[in-house]
Amino acid sequence: MEKITEQKWQLPKGWLKVNKLPWEFFLVLITVLVFAVNSFASPYFLDVWNLSDATFNFVEKAIVALPLAMLIICRDIDLSIASIIALSSVAMGFAAQYGLGLELIVIIGISVGILCGLFNGWVVTHFDIPAIVVTIGTMSLFRGISYILLGDQVLKDYPDGFEYFGQGYLYWVFSFEFGLFLLATVFFYVLLHKTNFGRRCYAIGNNPTAAFYSGINVKRHRLMLFVIVGALAGVAAVLLTSRLGSTRPTIALGWELSIITMVVLGGVNIMGGSGTIPGVFIAVFLMGIVTFGLGLLNVPGIVMSIIIGGMLISVIATPILITKFSRRET
Amino acid sequence: MKILFTSREALLCMLILAMLLSVGAVAKDFLNLSNLLSVYNDTSILIILALGQMLVIITRCIDLSVAANLALTGMAVAMLNGSYPDFPVPLLMLFGMLLGLSMGMINGLLVWKLQIPAIVVTLGTMSIYRGIVFLLSEGAWVNAHEMSETFMHIPRSLHLGVALLSWLSIMVIVIFYYFCRSSRSGREIYASGNSPTAAFYTGIDVGRNQFIAFSISGLLAGLCGYLWVSRYAVAYVDVAAGFELQVISACVIGGISIMGGRGTVVGCVLGAMFIGVINNALPVIGVSPFWQMAISGSVIVLAVIASSKAEKKSGRIILKSAAIVPSR
Repeated sequence: MEKITEQKWQLPKGWLKVNKLPWEFFLVLITVLVFAVNSFASPYFLDVWNLSDATFNFVEKAIVALPLAMLIICRDIDLSIASIIALSSVAMGFAAQYGLGLELIVIIGISVGILCGLFNGWVVTHFDIPAIVVTIGTMSLFRGISYILLGDQVLKDYPDGFEYFGQGYLYWVFSFEFGLFLLATVFFYVLLHKTNFGRRCYAIGNNPTAAFYSGINVKRHRLMLFVIVGALAGVAAVLLTSRLGSTRPTIALGWELSIITMVVLGGVNIMGGSGTIPGVFIAVFLMGIVTFGLGLLNVPGIVMSIIIGGMLISVIATPILITKFSRRET
Repeated sequence: MKILFTSREALLCMLILAMLLSVGAVAKDFLNLSNLLSVYNDTSILIILALGQMLVIITRCIDLSVAANLALTGMAVAMLNGSYPDFPVPLLMLFGMLLGLSMGMINGLLVWKLQIPAIVVTLGTMSIYRGIVFLLSEGAWVNAHEMSETFMHIPRSLHLGVALLSWLSIMVIVIFYYFCRSSRSGREIYASGNSPTAAFYTGIDVGRNQFIAFSISGLLAGLCGYLWVSRYAVAYVDVAAGFELQVISACVIGGISIMGGRGTVVGCVLGAMFIGVINNALPVIGVSPFWQMAISGSVIVLAVIASSKAEKKSGRIILKSAAIVPSR
């Protein structure tokens, strides 16, 4: 056997350790690479205002990606996030039409998100049904309700000051959205990596039965995660509605897939049990920089989706391939 | 008698009949044979795709790329027809099926050889295939006047008073019925979804069966690519965008368990027909089409709740320790 391995083409010795490096290392590497390539490819890339504008395109998605990462670590998934955004945006639109105040509109938007998450979580945990089926259903349900309520109409009577959430700047080039995203990242980092709540996510994701027998209230925990995802989808709805200044039932259409792509790209195992918030954080930037850079080069959005799709598969496949090859050598 | 209330198929059948009758009570013409045939014809593509999806779901995977696959083959076939109108259409159909098959095989290979979760693979290939449609067509549409007569005529042509499109779907149903119940590979697909570990120990290659399921799903999506484009006489980048979710919904309503290993051809077809009847009935009874999405959404949620209760009731617990089933 040993003779055969000697004759074979061998990877350099150092390669064998590659699969022991954390996922985040690769992500940072790729991100830096893309960043460098982009700044050479287009003279407009390194402009702070351009970069700041670029963040608007992914921050709203990213805010939902963070709690969704925790949900996926718990072996659940929520495909209805984009529909929740639509429904809560519609609710806010109607609230604005009735002349409610700014605070009330925001509260209504977030509470609709919470209610949707509660419904998802209740059906999933109470009836013990796989989350993917339930949320495929509620994805149509929530968006369907927005269609029923709004039809082909537009709601755009938002009060003054509402536009701040999506368009305002905290300081210099740092937008309110971006600040909120950083805050959310810190919050979810602490929640997932520094608290009991977070440890339980990993426990449930690795083995729900064992987690149950070790005294974790698995159902309540999953329910809470669904509610958190719903709440953050509500927050994203506030930001998006405020940025666009109008609500249609097609708002955020197809976002669920790009948000899940962000999470998976961030190294969260779609089968549950592993993944980190920093990984998702970097993946968000990676996707943002790639789309922004390609946009500057006049690449149409649909071609970007090829690149994002290819990135998703190759980023997942590369470590698997490396492990396969290095196993063959040893 | 009991089977009437417990089996998903019987329930769905009664539900569809009840829907047809109540719509017929409002609009008498709805129950005409010709109208019913056109409703079925309208649902044919959904039925074919749902059957392919069923196999994939039975092996514990999911294929989100069917609609993009359909769009790509549809565009390729339409463009070929536009440039070479004399190219025989049956060969064109075969080409579409092969193209769809190869796309399904790419999905299947990634799942089989690299063991990437199917949802990740097809999420990626979904946007890749859809993007290639754009690259291929450069965003342009292929309209009816650019397609040849026979290209558009074939699915519409009547045989025994029924359109060929309907005949094709009936053919697929019959083949699937045989394949799933009586063929060795069909049973292996069920086995590898029902319990991959047990299937492995009986010598079944689970990954290979997943690959086969994906290939069949791709093949059927390729066939539907031609059917769709020729039926609606137009091909563009966003053809059938979001249709994959309707396909999965049809499977879920039809009682295909998303955990794999469980589901019947009849249920799947009924699930697709349920959606088809709703889509066709709503405009007839004067309900705004905006209701359609919410209705099918609530039906999915209710259907999975109903089946979760039915599954729990069936079978008594004889051995307490056997009742603890490891989840997923």
